[in-house]
Amino acid sequence: MSAFSHPFFLHALLAGTGIAFAAGLVGYFLVLRAQVFTGDALSHVAFTGALAGLALGYDLRLGLFAATLAFAILMGLVGKRGRADDVAIGSVFSWILGLGAFFLTLYATHGAADGTAGVGVLFGSIFGLSAGQAWLAAAVAVGIGLAVLAVTRPLLFASVDEAVAAARRVPVRILGIVFLVLAGACAAEATQAVGSLLLLGLLAAPAGTAQRLTDRPYRALALSAGLAVTEMWAGLALSYAAPQLPPSFSILAVATAAYAVTLGVVRNRPRTRLRPVQAW
Amino acid sequence: MNWAEANAGWSWNPAADIQQIWAFPFMVNAFRAGTVVAVLAAVIGWYMVLRKQSFAGHTLSVISFPGAACATLLGVSAGLGYFAFCVGGALVIAAIPRSGQGGRSQESALTGTVQAFLLACGFLFVALYKGFLGGVNALLFGSFLGITTTQVITLAVVAALALGILALIGRPLLFASIDGDVAAARRVPVRALSVVFLVLLGAATAEASQITGTLLVFALLVMPAAAAQQITARPALSLVAAVLIAVLVTWCALVTAYYSPYPIGFYVTTFAFGVYALARTGRALAAIRPDVSEEPANTPVGHAPLGGTP
Amino acid sequence: MSAVEPVGRVSDVARHRVPAQAGPAEPPGAAPAVVSLRGAGVRIGGRELWSGVDLDVGAGEFTAVLGPNGVGKSTLVKVLLGLVPSAVGEVRVLGQAPGRAGPRVGYLPQRRSFDASLRIRGIDIVRLGMDGDRWGVPLPVPTRFSARRRAEYDRIAQVIELVGATAYANRPIGECSGGEQQRLLIAQALVRRPELLLLDEPLDSLDLSHQGAVAALIGRICRQERVSVVMVAHDVNPILPWLDRVVYIAEGGAVAGRPEEVITTQTLSRLYGAPVEVLRTSDGRLVVVGQPEAPALHADRHVS
Repeated sequence: MSAFSHPFFLHALLAGTGIAFAAGLVGYFLVLRAQVFTGDALSHVAFTGALAGLALGYDLRLGLFAATLAFAILMGLVGKRGRADDVAIGSVFSWILGLGAFFLTLYATHGAADGTAGVGVLFGSIFGLSAGQAWLAAAVAVGIGLAVLAVTRPLLFASVDEAVAAARRVPVRILGIVFLVLAGACAAEATQAVGSLLLLGLLAAPAGTAQRLTDRPYRALALSAGLAVTEMWAGLALSYAAPQLPPSFSILAVATAAYAVTLGVVRNRPRTRLRPVQAW
Repeated sequence: MNWAEANAGWSWNPAADIQQIWAFPFMVNAFRAGTVVAVLAAVIGWYMVLRKQSFAGHTLSVISFPGAACATLLGVSAGLGYFAFCVGGALVIAAIPRSGQGGRSQESALTGTVQAFLLACGFLFVALYKGFLGGVNALLFGSFLGITTTQVITLAVVAALALGILALIGRPLLFASIDGDVAAARRVPVRALSVVFLVLLGAATAEASQITGTLLVFALLVMPAAAAQQITARPALSLVAAVLIAVLVTWCALVTAYYSPYPIGFYVTTFAFGVYALARTGRALAAIRPDVSEEPANTPVGHAPLGGTP
Repeated sequence: MSAVEPVGRVSDVARHRVPAQAGPAEPPGAAPAVVSLRGAGVRIGGRELWSGVDLDVGAGEFTAVLGPNGVGKSTLVKVLLGLVPSAVGEVRVLGQAPGRAGPRVGYLPQRRSFDASLRIRGIDIVRLGMDGDRWGVPLPVPTRFSARRRAEYDRIAQVIELVGATAYANRPIGECSGGEQQRLLIAQALVRRPELLLLDEPLDSLDLSHQGAVAALIGRICRQERVSVVMVAHDVNPILPWLDRVVYIAEGGAVAGRPEEVITTQTLSRLYGAPVEVLRTSDGRLVVVGQPEAPALHADRHVS
């Protein structure tokens, strides 16, 4: 019996492909802009948002998107100028996560649902998506991906070379906020697939791998998206073949393995020239 | 929920309430364990904030989840899993050469991947150990129920050991943390100290995980120390303040959690965050009151023209 | 510093156009000034950085902006870019208000370096200077189908050749040395054929041999390509041979003029408020001796 005859697998494939595509694109810029910590923050926020949505009686996705988008805009507005230190960011996140624990309990005690909702949000339940959810997730993901592509070139400029880009009238600050919003939406999407705790891997691993493999920016961007989609497919297939492996674990295991292999291979590549010792 | 029927609610008489709470052996154990953990976490966390290693602390706390899950799967005590994974993880982090300058984007991608993968491993262990799902929330968000006396003793011994070691290396570690180059020139073994400290950090993370849960360790490690360092710049004083804040936060959280259905991790983070926010606000207010022109270099004015708004 | 008086208030000196020191470059004569400041001043956060600056830079002239740390040398460049408004006076860049000239102005900001792990090639950095402000992604059209794309590639290759970076343009920029990065960034600033090049401490953080080479490169571009250069510099020595014009900014005021007029024992001593001696070597170069180096060399980067 083929995997494709199971609706749940088809739905997972559909949603997963879109989500991985968006995550690969967004992840490339997250890594390039050294904002992986922001991705970490968004994952915490996604958890709290989803559970707040559930606890207050709304759709989980409503809470997810509301929380991540609001947080992304907030981060963008606070912006670089008032860049808080890691300690401040970490303090806020763990408090937000604590709030998530509060909503989890609130939901478990007052809501009608079972106590595994928290686990679902934390670690994802991609095989549990309905057709409607899958189509919506895929559509939103494609929208995110297209939006990223639309701003790619100026965003690249602003990420690599902010001062020159600003001097060339690239709207650096607005682009930064737009990108954070896209990253927030992407985090909300990825939460549905791999869960809020693991989405960081989906954002960071393909992007890190792609940046190891090539140093051409546009090629790396395409590679990152392609890798993410491939890893998603491989992970889903693996979990289908071995049902005791949860799909989010399989996806991340494949992504991590690909990254690890790349790290090993690229490290062995003969360097054209050693970097001078000087601390440029 | 075995305590829920027994307690009569908050009576606004602290003495009676505490007496009532301490009538239960598990609550006494919870207070003992909480105090031990708070002291250790505050002291280690104080050094961690000073050394700007909060990302390492974050990673180690994430590792504690697969540790506990793996231990449960293997049928050994969760405490063993916590310590084995956290201390092991600390040694791995210590073995990774620090690239010093640059390398931030690649490094953070790697760290993020490793963290997510470890959490995924934890989830795999949980999934393989069927029927454990309810316990996941306790692992992640903390629980103060069912702490046995043996556990308290283990926690206390480990904490005493860690604090003893820290007392021995405290001064050179402070020197190395503040000014590594000078310390190295003065024959302080900076590298060895950093390894030892990471192991201590692993131990502290493993301990704190058992109270606050994996995801909220950061609260107990970072926030008291960060708040204390906001309050005073004197090392000894802020160390004491950090310990006091941590213990106070833990006690308040235990009492509140006893009277409410929400997980203790929520209260620990909320109270700790409250203290931290208060400390920051207080300092901000104190900074406004004296002469504004005192430190023009620190105001963002000088930075303003740098590229922000075209 | 308060002892320093705005020496000679510039105007008469500055308006006296000087032909390029060497070479066949024609005196700009009646050509409109590339940069023109009239009594310009800047105020940031209520603090006046400098004022009363008069300056004319002609086509193909090399101008250095000198002065102690923290007086707002970089701010002068940002004023010319239109990123910081001038509080008083008139500022014209290429005959327009600052910031209007678009690609006709190339800019090299003050910076340390790229992240060592940045996996983007030098040539991509240069290419961003060409098209980085356009939306979307560049479509993978083969060059033989797009004349514009071909022209862009040719220009990128040409400008990389010009700065002598061909050997390492395909390497990740994070792996390039400081001098190599600086050459690639100059190529990026040049790629759209600007008429004015604004450089903010391009020699900073380079070692001595690289300083000389990059300074020579900038001087050569200025002469050969007829690009006007305004360069903020910490140390005047590496660029002395190419200088047409000098702006010295001190607390509140500024002096502008030919290097022979400004870089003199008398003027600089008054400007710095400390004894400075200017010597002329046998080959005609100016050597500044005893120039007070501000102790906070690194803190300066955050402030200015």
